[in-house]
Amino acid sequence: MHIIQELLFVIAFGVAVYLFYRKARQIRQNILLGRDVQLNDEPAARWRNLLLLAFGQKKMFRNPLVAVLHFFVYAGFVIINVEILEIILDGILGKHRLFAPLLGGLYPVLIGCFEVLAVLVLAGCAIFLVRRNIVKVKRLNQHELDGWPRSDANYILITEIVLMLLFLTMNTADQALQQHGHEHYINTGAFWVTGPFVSLFSGLSDGTLIAIERTCWWLHILGILAFLNYLPYSKHLHIILTFPNAYYADLRPKGKMENMPAVQKEVQLMLQPELAADAPAGDIPKFGAKDVPDLTWKNLLDAYSCTECGRCTAACPANITGKKLSPRKIMMDTRDRAEAIGEQIAKTGSFTEDGKTLLRDHITEEELRACTSCGACVQECPVSINPLHIIMQLRRHLVMEETSAPQEWNMMFSNIENNMAPWKMSPDDRDKWAVEMNG
Amino acid sequence: MQIKTMAEYAANGETPEILFWVGCAGSFDQRAQKITKAFATILDKVGVRFAILGKEESCTGDPARRAGNEFIFQMMAQNNIAVLNGYEVKKIVTACPHCFNTLRNEYPELGGHYEVIHHTTYLQQLIDEGKVRMKEAGAFKGRKITYHDSCYLGRANNIYEAPRKVLEALDAELVEMKRCRSNGLCCGAGGAQMFKEEEKGTTRVNFERGKEAVETGAAVIASNCPFCMTMLTDGVKEQGKEDAVQVLDIAELIAQQIA
Repeated sequence: MHIIQELLFVIAFGVAVYLFYRKARQIRQNILLGRDVQLNDEPAARWRNLLLLAFGQKKMFRNPLVAVLHFFVYAGFVIINVEILEIILDGILGKHRLFAPLLGGLYPVLIGCFEVLAVLVLAGCAIFLVRRNIVKVKRLNQHELDGWPRSDANYILITEIVLMLLFLTMNTADQALQQHGHEHYINTGAFWVTGPFVSLFSGLSDGTLIAIERTCWWLHILGILAFLNYLPYSKHLHIILTFPNAYYADLRPKGKMENMPAVQKEVQLMLQPELAADAPAGDIPKFGAKDVPDLTWKNLLDAYSCTECGRCTAACPANITGKKLSPRKIMMDTRDRAEAIGEQIAKTGSFTEDGKTLLRDHITEEELRACTSCGACVQECPVSINPLHIIMQLRRHLVMEETSAPQEWNMMFSNIENNMAPWKMSPDDRDKWAVEMNG
Repeated sequence: MQIKTMAEYAANGETPEILFWVGCAGSFDQRAQKITKAFATILDKVGVRFAILGKEESCTGDPARRAGNEFIFQMMAQNNIAVLNGYEVKKIVTACPHCFNTLRNEYPELGGHYEVIHHTTYLQQLIDEGKVRMKEAGAFKGRKITYHDSCYLGRANNIYEAPRKVLEALDAELVEMKRCRSNGLCCGAGGAQMFKEEEKGTTRVNFERGKEAVETGAAVIASNCPFCMTMLTDGVKEQGKEDAVQVLDIAELIAQQIA
């Protein structure tokens, strides 16, 4: 009997890990669809970001109450997963509470801590469900979340609650069996949270208790393995990608736009034609971004790291004043498009034009034109995403590849070119104010 | 007062302490010209030897770049850098955070390396050094002033304290808007929005910000950017408070109260 359980466990575990690996590789390929950028400079600053922004969740604390709840869920989930190690070893070896004899008196303390965390996770997730579905916090209920994204968020929270309940129920049944003196269930002493609840189960027969304990054990571990494989299809992938995304976060001042060396060179040759003779003829580069492969791999890593919390959108002056732009939607659109391209490559082996692009099929010109480049979205993002970089690359494509700009912008361009100022003013009047002061 | 250009300094074989980069708004916009004049007055009073580029100055290219037109940006930037490097300019002070951001962050990789200072930081330095002193019984003493963080000074360059320290020198009561410092709400002009009609929405960004500023009950909204100035002035008008609430640049406040 035991050997069958062990075998089933090993198979379930192996399949889950393999499926996750396959999907993770696919996502890596999708991210690498983006153009290359070097983001390995200043490792000290990058490790600092990793520690502060990812592990420390520094930006979450801009809203302390939510930050504390989120920290409970995060810490609880990560730390309780240490228990998974024992569960996996038990599963493979057909043992029960493998670490209990090794740790002695420390074991119930450790499990006690896990139980306290489990309750905090449970409470945190419950409050988050209330915020989403009853209080209806604005940023968690905007229309770009209609459909799957809203369900996704609820599924995650409900799953975490269920997993925690299974863990606690399992421990309760386990202690009841210990009290019954069942030999397989070695004595660990009472656990902190579930200890007082054991009396609820004490009237049940050994058979029923074992059934409860085993069912919870199996559902708990299968649930975790299923959750692992749900991650890559969900916004919840942020629990993994936050870490690399913090490491590769942009270290430049937020006001600095990415330079375009190809345009720099072209203008240089125009202003200093004497250099042209020595200049090698280069390929005609693409200006800006129209589709996902034109963006950087960091932009795509951003898209996969986004957990759709909407702090960016809640701080966006355009969105606040009712414009169509939502930085969160920019990230969701980018991920959707990267997924679509990835699927096509998986099916046909390569990416061919499918008549769709990120620009227009996902993100409209109206959205892009509402951006004030204020940087609030970049500032707010707890997981180091830069929606502004994508917006600016799409704008560059619109203007330089399609000469698509509002009429007023075209006038502004021509004023700058001809009068060295965005308004139609005579360059000779530039120092008029000084002449007035000089009297 | 005698405001001299870099060309005039160079012709006399002299070098000024700083180049005052005026910017397009400061040069051409009637309201912003007052900021320019106020700042020049302070510099003159303190005895800072400063120059302007005069007719040799061009747009930094910021609005073109942010609208997506890199060609125009590069043309402006490379021309400006040639002029600045030609005069061997080392230190630039500007009263426009957009010019400041572009000169400081975007010109270096195109070959323009200068120490670039925003005028609020420069004023703070002058106050700290005791070169700028305020009148004893200042007009703003005890009055409520609120300060609007421009995006390009604040989030873009992490400068939040210098302008506030300058305002403290006025002995005024500084009241913050709910969205301030890194949470500050944009005025609506950045990213080349200044030069086009806003997209369709439920309200305008500057109306939203104007409302928030007026709600502080401040008599003065202090700004540090000529574009914010335009936007906030309109925002205050929309609230019908143009008679009760003044929008003034930090340089104007100091120029009024300098001893």
